[in-house]
Amino acid sequence: MSSTIAEPPVKIEARPEGFTAKDYKGKVHPDWCPGCGDFSVLSTLQTALSELGLAPHKVAIVSGIGCSSNLPGYMNTYGMHTLHGRSLPVATGLKFANHELTVVCTGGDGDGYGIGVGHLIHAMRRNMDLTYIVMDNQIYGLTTGQVSPTSRLGMKTKSTPHGSVENPINPIPMAINGGATYVARGFSGKQKHLIELIKGGILHKGFAIIDVFSPCVTYNKDNTYPWFNQRVKMLDEKNHDVTDFHKALDEGYKWGEEIPIGLFWKRTDLPALHALEPILDEGGPLATRPLGLNADQGKSLIKELL
Amino acid sequence: MPKVDYAFAIGGEAGQGIATPGDILARIFVRRGLQLFAYNAYQSIIRGGHIFLTIRTSDGPVRNHGDRLDSLMALNQDTMDRHLRLMGAGSSVFFDIDKVKPGAVAAGVQLCAIPVKQLSGTSTNKLNMNTISLGVMLQMLGVDFKTLEDILALQFKKKGDAVIAENVGVAKAGYDYAAANFKPFKTPLPLLNKPMGVTTGNNALGLGGAAAGVKFYCAYPMSPSTGVLMWMARHARQLGIMVRQVEDEISVANMAIGAAHGGVRAMCATSGGGFALMTEALGTASMMEIPMVCINVQRAGPSTGVPTKTEQGDLWQVLGAGQGDYPRLIVAPTSVADCFHSVPEMFNYADKFQVPGIILTDLLISEGTASVDPDELNLQPKIDRGSLILPNGANGHGNGDVANPSGGAIDGSYLRFKITKDGISPRAVPGVPGHLHVVASDEHDEDGGIISDEFTNPHKRRAMHEKRMRKMDGALAVIPPPKLVGPATAQVTLLGWGSTDGVIREAVEKLAAEEGIVASHLQIRWLVPLHCKEIMEILSKSKKVIMIENNFSGQFERYLRSETGFKPHGHVRKYDGEPFAPHHIVHAVKEQLAGKTTVSIPEQEIMV
Repeated sequence: MSSTIAEPPVKIEARPEGFTAKDYKGKVHPDWCPGCGDFSVLSTLQTALSELGLAPHKVAIVSGIGCSSNLPGYMNTYGMHTLHGRSLPVATGLKFANHELTVVCTGGDGDGYGIGVGHLIHAMRRNMDLTYIVMDNQIYGLTTGQVSPTSRLGMKTKSTPHGSVENPINPIPMAINGGATYVARGFSGKQKHLIELIKGGILHKGFAIIDVFSPCVTYNKDNTYPWFNQRVKMLDEKNHDVTDFHKALDEGYKWGEEIPIGLFWKRTDLPALHALEPILDEGGPLATRPLGLNADQGKSLIKELL
Repeated sequence: MPKVDYAFAIGGEAGQGIATPGDILARIFVRRGLQLFAYNAYQSIIRGGHIFLTIRTSDGPVRNHGDRLDSLMALNQDTMDRHLRLMGAGSSVFFDIDKVKPGAVAAGVQLCAIPVKQLSGTSTNKLNMNTISLGVMLQMLGVDFKTLEDILALQFKKKGDAVIAENVGVAKAGYDYAAANFKPFKTPLPLLNKPMGVTTGNNALGLGGAAAGVKFYCAYPMSPSTGVLMWMARHARQLGIMVRQVEDEISVANMAIGAAHGGVRAMCATSGGGFALMTEALGTASMMEIPMVCINVQRAGPSTGVPTKTEQGDLWQVLGAGQGDYPRLIVAPTSVADCFHSVPEMFNYADKFQVPGIILTDLLISEGTASVDPDELNLQPKIDRGSLILPNGANGHGNGDVANPSGGAIDGSYLRFKITKDGISPRAVPGVPGHLHVVASDEHDEDGGIISDEFTNPHKRRAMHEKRMRKMDGALAVIPPPKLVGPATAQVTLLGWGSTDGVIREAVEKLAAEEGIVASHLQIRWLVPLHCKEIMEILSKSKKVIMIENNFSGQFERYLRSETGFKPHGHVRKYDGEPFAPHHIVHAVKEQLAGKTTVSIPEQEIMV
């Protein structure tokens, strides 16, 4: 499998003087713990949007529930802070209603890989044109420190006082196998790198997932900044071929003294779901179309009854 | 008085093609201008089991499947064994002489043994009995053969001329055989001037959605609601509706919310089990003040229950769906045609009050087939989207603030949840310049900023909670209250809700005509808001009130009591999976007026 179709240029709604990261900053200051990895994700997202020149009113950030899901409230864009685990269905509906919006989903590992994992699998196989940023801190933070689907085997948390006996999910191979067409991993400690991954995800026409190591400084004493700093290794420094499915999986499965970050897998030969529905071909977003039936449609529907 | 009022039953096993003769008869009846109601009793099985379709037709109103059968088409021995005992004087029973043996039969029943093999000639089609019987029935009903020929041609159009000719041939053989061998029905089928239409409640719900301007529909298949999904999927591209089948009902409800927040009218349908999964999302729709419409087609519960049987058992589920108090609208359509009317009506109120709307039907009217007067279906109903602001200004409330496109919550230039007297705030959707905001499932301030985490604020919480709930006062004021049918001085008032309207109405007529009992009838359609004042004005004047509902515990009776303190004098309840027939209610009212009981549980006679 390799990339065969060139991506169309993204439609940029830039104002003449352009946007800066500040333009996407909301009026509320984040209530995350000092040092939380999510601050970094927030600012990289703001920078990525400004560098892409996307007008704030044409961007919607959709989150679930959890510390990281508070993110839309700290942005000056449209936002939806939905239910635990449900950001992807909500974002899918929103994108169908107005496919001209840039829709970015944000949330945590519990939200996306725990309660919401069923939706994730289907959003990936559908190749919805969404960018999903998972702030993965390997712990349930907002509920004060319980085991998460990505907590390492043996990790001691308030709900696993003797150490977790369950194998964690590795989101990278799961996403590659699940049908996501842009699969990346970033780290809060590598902001410039993360900005590029997020920009790439937003520009990608299909389902992009970016798993971001975003350390919880309060409840996760295992997976700390130093722990990640010692291990993360950038894929672009290794000449990784993002169109090689098997190599992408091999890199994705690596976990230990070396943990790869960067873009693992990307394919551009599959259209995004909304592009497959002829209903959206002409007439603009569904939300702006006239409602109801015209006389001919009415007549034909009545005829069916006779 | 109508000239005819016939009920024809067709019984067999799943896979014997019962639906086709049913559809053909229905088309013939409505094209002659007759009314009809068809109820199909079936089981959760694809092949085998027992299916029993009853089609009732008349030149007068037909509101349910009725009390007696005028004919029985027994496609297998099981049908004959189960139902022959139901057949009375003047009725006819059709069966294949080579395959089915009749048993002991009541006086005056015509046994019409059909030599299917002989009449089939060279045709070896397994389903010839169905087609031949149609010929037989239409001969006995005095319908010209051309009518049947035309419908068969239409029915088998896709299968080609040879199949049409084969079916027309065997039908004609049955038609001619009946002329020579069987006694016709008492009165031939009248031919009226104005043809009627025919549809199911589920199709009517889909049609209602299309008329209301639904642009997004999603669902997970669940009997008996799947018909709505199939209607929507069939018409999606023709009507420009985005239709999705998604992974579960949690996703369904949330996706509909996302689409609705994007600015379209979004709808979904399910049955009780799927609705249970949607409940958290419905609370979210209300918290975020996003209008969307969810249809719950009730089936017999609890749990998986009896998937192919009817019940009015989800009332408390929809009343209590989701955590916390939140405004919602609930309507229970009263007929197949009312399924159509309820959808645009609900969307207008949901848009106006920015709340989720629940349409509560059941298997009886959703899968039931009925004649509809095409002139009574307004496919271009009034569409009122309230204070909605769309990116292209299509709703007449502007297209945002283009001079300050990034304004909104950040500078206070737009407050999504502005506290107003009626609780309704101007609703802008993503994409509108100058109205940026976040909607949250958390409690929030007027600008959408959440107040649940860092500094909760009891005063703001109270004000916002009251703002949302205040919308229900407005809804109560504009939604029409129920009206009593019949004299206020009646001996007894029959009280029902939703789908039982037709059967109760007929029971009232029968009580007057056959028993000399004057009854009035109050049917409740809007469940939330409930017009307590108007309902009590009626019921407090009633001499005796008997509550009729298709469930075990008297769910509406308990709801009415909790809202008004009123307790009906008697109860008629049915929870065996089958709908009421008029005589069930007549009998119950008679025994209750005679003081024999205050709770009647009618016995189901037709074993299906």
